[in-house]
Amino acid sequence: MIHYVIRRMLLAIPTLLLMLTVIFVLVRLVPGDPAITILGDQASEDALQRLRAQLGLDQPIYVQYFDFVMRTLSGDFGRSMATGRTVLQEVAAVLPYTIELTASALLIGAIIGVPLGTTAAIYRNLWPDYASRLVSLIGLSFPAFVSGILMLLAFAVNLRWFPVIGSGGSGLEAHLRALVLPALNLGLIMTAYITRVTRASMLNVLNEDYIRTARAKGVRPNRLIRRHALRNALIPVITVVGLYFGTLVGNSVLTEMVFSRPGLGKLILGALNSRDYTLLQGLMVTFASFVILVNTVTDIAYGLVDPRVKYS
Amino acid sequence: MTIATSSPRRQSAFWMAFRSNRLAWLGVALLAIIVFSAVFAPWIAPHDPLQQNILHRLQPPSSEFLLGTDTYGRDVLSRLIYGSRVSLVVGFVAILIAMVVGSAIGILSGFIGGVFDRVVMSLLDVMLSFPTLLLGLMIAAMLGASFENLIIAIAITEMAPFARVARAPTISLKQRDFIEAGRAMGFSDSRLMGRHILPNMLSEVVVVGSMWMASAIRTEASLSFIGLGVPPPTPTWGGMIREGFENILDSWWLAVCPSVAILLTVLALNILGDALRDAIDPKTRVE
Repeated sequence: MIHYVIRRMLLAIPTLLLMLTVIFVLVRLVPGDPAITILGDQASEDALQRLRAQLGLDQPIYVQYFDFVMRTLSGDFGRSMATGRTVLQEVAAVLPYTIELTASALLIGAIIGVPLGTTAAIYRNLWPDYASRLVSLIGLSFPAFVSGILMLLAFAVNLRWFPVIGSGGSGLEAHLRALVLPALNLGLIMTAYITRVTRASMLNVLNEDYIRTARAKGVRPNRLIRRHALRNALIPVITVVGLYFGTLVGNSVLTEMVFSRPGLGKLILGALNSRDYTLLQGLMVTFASFVILVNTVTDIAYGLVDPRVKYS
Repeated sequence: MTIATSSPRRQSAFWMAFRSNRLAWLGVALLAIIVFSAVFAPWIAPHDPLQQNILHRLQPPSSEFLLGTDTYGRDVLSRLIYGSRVSLVVGFVAILIAMVVGSAIGILSGFIGGVFDRVVMSLLDVMLSFPTLLLGLMIAAMLGASFENLIIAIAITEMAPFARVARAPTISLKQRDFIEAGRAMGFSDSRLMGRHILPNMLSEVVVVGSMWMASAIRTEASLSFIGLGVPPPTPTWGGMIREGFENILDSWWLAVCPSVAILLTVLALNILGDALRDAIDPKTRVE
């Protein structure tokens, strides 16, 4: 067991190195001289030289690469050129907003998606199945900013139930009111994903022999679904939700933009607009590490939940 | 020497499954309308999509401007019709590139095997789990906003699934007798991969392509909304929403019309992708 956990964690290291290499190459692919891009073509040669030295661009490429990897592995993700703060400081400042948003979205997705997917699987090819499939297909088709704008129009502009802009005033109540629409927006997209996965996984489990045996033994349908089928069906759902984590983060960027909330999305767009390439590179590294971490944890959780996964 | 892509019997089972899927026809019909309006845009559009007219700015829908006008007095309906061209062309070309490059990587990786295969696959795993939008956003930001760069950015983000789909059958195919026979006859590796392995998985790759085109169009719209799409004044749906969003409080139609257009296009492609997958995979087929 311990071996499995350690092995899985060791496996993350080459993946991380690969990802760092890709980011390194990607950043070097930017056409033109980064120093000129940053300072503009009016900058003096002196200033350009200083910036190149500061960014390490005057070093041979393999030195730059080695330096980049070593610094990242020691936890130094670089600094924002605009504010001078480290990337991790910048991220830490907005992370609570994004976590609050994505966590509530996951919660909404699980609360609605699991029962909906289960119902669809039980009534396979009957109207509840068709209805839930159509609804989840529509949910999957919404780019997050489109659904966000439509919700904003309906509930904030027309009905005036929620504030149109930002995290809205002070106090817990105002804070929560401002969270409702963005969380619902992300949550409904998440619901669509979770419904689909739960349905597919449940269909697989319901075809298993032990379900037929349990039914033959006279286990009540309710108990059969809850105790026997759903518990096993949820295992792949956990993995897939882990895989959709990236999509969730991507959609939260668009959601934050529409509802003008602070968060990682705003941070990225800010870095983009001010051409803060060091911050952008640092954010890429942060995201990549985070995604690899979530994948590793999901895999380990999968192993813990399902004893059938071989630890060897 | 090539094995037939699929036997006639399998083909007809595929068509029967696809034809009997009523939802699929809704997708086909929707998509047909969108493609039609993209192809014949100059003949259908009631106005010039770029023609500005300050006297007609921000007009609500009327009989002359069916979907109203934007901040510059341009006709929203005409821009919507022309905007379908960008979405479809970017989505299609990006997926085509992702399909060609991705399946080439997959076949190569499966064919060579060993350490190379393991390295490539773990890289693709990371790419698969990395947020598509963020990756696209960063690539587009690094390359700069233009039509070609947008296509490149989306193609890179959508490559991984194709590599995966192409790799699995390659591994089982390369052990089959007909590949061994080809090798004995002195065929080069590239000929074996291109002429003998590729045709055997083409249908799967194409189905995956249809499924991911929806995602590509969604990404295109999202990047345009962020401001990294095809630069103005070219009408794009994401860009129209971006502009319309500024006037959301008094001119709602500016953001809502392109929103509906994106939603319907992605929905049509998703329905179609689902139907194709169900038709090709008997396990999920509705009996």
